[in-house]
Amino acid sequence: MSVTTVMLCGVGGQGTILAADLLAKVAAAEGLDVKLSEVHGMAQRGGSVDTVVKFGEEVFSPVTDPGMVDHLVAFEIIEAVRRVHYVKPGGRLLVNPSSIHPLPVLTGDLPVPHGLQAVLESEGAVFIEADVLACQAGSPKSANVVLMGALAYGLPFSQDAWCDVIARRVPPKTVEANLRAFELGRGACQKGECAL
Amino acid sequence: MVRILLSGNEAVAHGAWEAGAAVGVGYPGTPSTETLERFAKLEDVYAEWAPNEKVALEVAAGVSLAGKRVLVTMKHVGLNVAADPLFTLAYTGVRGGLVVLVADDPGMHSSQNEQDSHNYAAFARVPMLDPCDSAEALAFTRQAFDLSEEFDTPVLVRSTVRVSHAKTMVELGERMRRPAPSAYATDPAKWVMMPAMARQRRLVVDERIEALCHFAELTDLNRTEYRDTSVGVVCAGVSYQYVREALPEASILKLGMTYPLPRDLVAQFAAKVERLVVVEEADPYLASALAAMGIAVSDLDLPKAGELSPGAIRRAFGLPEPELREADTSLPPRPPLLCPGCPHRPVFHALKKLSAVVTGDIGCYTLGALRPLAAMDTCVCMGASIGMAHGVGIAGGVGDRPVVGVIGDSTFAHSGVTGLMNTVYNGGAGTILILDNRITAMTGHQGNPINGITLQDRPSHEVDLVGLCRTLGVPRVRVVDPHDLDATRTALEEETAEPELSVIVFRAPCALLVRDKGDPYAVDEDACTKCAACVKLGCPAIGRDEQTRYAYIDTSICVGCGQCVQVCKYDAIVHTGPACDLGRP
Repeated sequence: MSVTTVMLCGVGGQGTILAADLLAKVAAAEGLDVKLSEVHGMAQRGGSVDTVVKFGEEVFSPVTDPGMVDHLVAFEIIEAVRRVHYVKPGGRLLVNPSSIHPLPVLTGDLPVPHGLQAVLESEGAVFIEADVLACQAGSPKSANVVLMGALAYGLPFSQDAWCDVIARRVPPKTVEANLRAFELGRGACQKGECAL
Repeated sequence: MVRILLSGNEAVAHGAWEAGAAVGVGYPGTPSTETLERFAKLEDVYAEWAPNEKVALEVAAGVSLAGKRVLVTMKHVGLNVAADPLFTLAYTGVRGGLVVLVADDPGMHSSQNEQDSHNYAAFARVPMLDPCDSAEALAFTRQAFDLSEEFDTPVLVRSTVRVSHAKTMVELGERMRRPAPSAYATDPAKWVMMPAMARQRRLVVDERIEALCHFAELTDLNRTEYRDTSVGVVCAGVSYQYVREALPEASILKLGMTYPLPRDLVAQFAAKVERLVVVEEADPYLASALAAMGIAVSDLDLPKAGELSPGAIRRAFGLPEPELREADTSLPPRPPLLCPGCPHRPVFHALKKLSAVVTGDIGCYTLGALRPLAAMDTCVCMGASIGMAHGVGIAGGVGDRPVVGVIGDSTFAHSGVTGLMNTVYNGGAGTILILDNRITAMTGHQGNPINGITLQDRPSHEVDLVGLCRTLGVPRVRVVDPHDLDATRTALEEETAEPELSVIVFRAPCALLVRDKGDPYAVDEDACTKCAACVKLGCPAIGRDEQTRYAYIDTSICVGCGQCVQVCKYDAIVHTGPACDLGRP
């Protein structure tokens, strides 16, 4: 098996780090070599963030480059467009269409970017309404797990491995909501013809 | 053997634990922080945060003197602070093994400079190990303790952000059983570094380095991997991973020990390959060292600043580029920002209106330099705000603008107290603001002497900031709740108008520590005049509608702090019930 590269991107505080941790632990539980790379500190204060997870028989670099990502999971639409060039031709692009305006936009220094959905559609993006589904699952904070559910549809990992890792990694009181969130995300991807 | 996914930082902690380290001490700093946090949770260890890296290393020196093994952790700029004890500990050597983790930040994800700690190893003449992933971070740290005792020297373990904050597979081992330390005997020739003794120890350092050079030739910390010999790459740390991915067929000399370097091993490798190159981030440390050995290195066009990646190496070798989608460069940037409800925000909001010259410092509050608050003139290093404010004052100031130094609680404990003592001693004026948010926030909420929270939850003592400032001799000291915007503005106006030195302690807990969030606010469009006064707070929960220009509040992230209510002259910001929807897109 060659190396698969997944990039999770979003806004600091959206839960990309926990989501990446789930993915990496599932890949490890399936017996693969895994590397995960993230950035802490300043970037976590509402800045633009990405986390990379690579898995396969033997993984070397924990970081990736433009044009090398197999699956991009964007937790926010502006960040999706910012990282589109990382996705390989034929790679998969899963996008939460919610938008969080950066501060220069909130203050009116810069205009609201328009037409992002169309740009992403033309790149073959599949939109997952993660915030809405997370609320349906019973926890608005489970949007990251909704997106992992969507990602999981298209990765060669067992449902059991995912459920096991989620149950062990999320706060005990939120296990059920997170498992529902995972199922809703996975289901959305099935409906959304989210094939590779 | 347990095989788990660990960050490089966590792996260093486990390596120290397996080596039998009894004590861990450090100061938080990205990307090093999680190392000591992990170590503190392991069995049968004592761990503490020090107020700064110099104190941490001095405490560690004491632990070592008493015969126990000790881990010290810090970020690259922390080693500047700890450099003073480090250089002389290279002379004294150790009793118990003493290992310093120093985590560099190429690319400056969360730092004010990009200094390369390799230079410290060569400068202080202390051996340095460079792990390339978590498994090596664990194994090298464990071995570093043995080296420390075998060669009677502190040992530096250098990581970078892509080692510290990458998670890779690790096999955990058992904790080594350490014999009790041998009987303590006073040994002034080794430990009292006054000139007569230091001159003798200076010679010991030379002998030690010579012995370590022999060790470097033989150790399996350094290894050669011969594949295609048309290109041979010398590299260390995470660069090794990038080279393996970018050039899978290249021969590699992987240096696990980057000081001192194995001259013969490098020469042998150079002789066996047609073209010898060095791949390294930050400074040309290895390239310069090879040049000094007289070994010809062929040039490679790698980025001189920032991080490397496999792609950067492929480009330097002229390998085919992957097909790229068009990158959209017209997107608005997304700089980091102060959180909703942050108690620092009203202070900078008021400072901006005061047109103060603000010397800033290191912490979340450095974000007060960014628009729309844009109320900070400088950020240099831990504690610089106070010395610089004094310097601006003795230079005669800048026009008639007030001079204000801004420093956080943890940064004040780290390096601010001596600066303030200096200002008092030399009769300086100006106003110093201590933003006491009760925590070391930027690095992820660590305790510090100001809040009296310790790493292993031992009983402690809160520094009385007001009492401390008064004791230093600051004539005017007051405490203000920054969430009260009127009080904040009034205090700043009054204190900056005084000719004497003053300190205002702005005390309110970090917004992320406040568990009971208030109900979110909303904008009443019937009352809103579109004046945008609230928007100028720079709160991420407040924006302006693109079409109508009315202000709006994102109820999904508003924490109900009420700062915006106080800047609205039209009572247009009103309470809503509990957040029941996701707010505005």
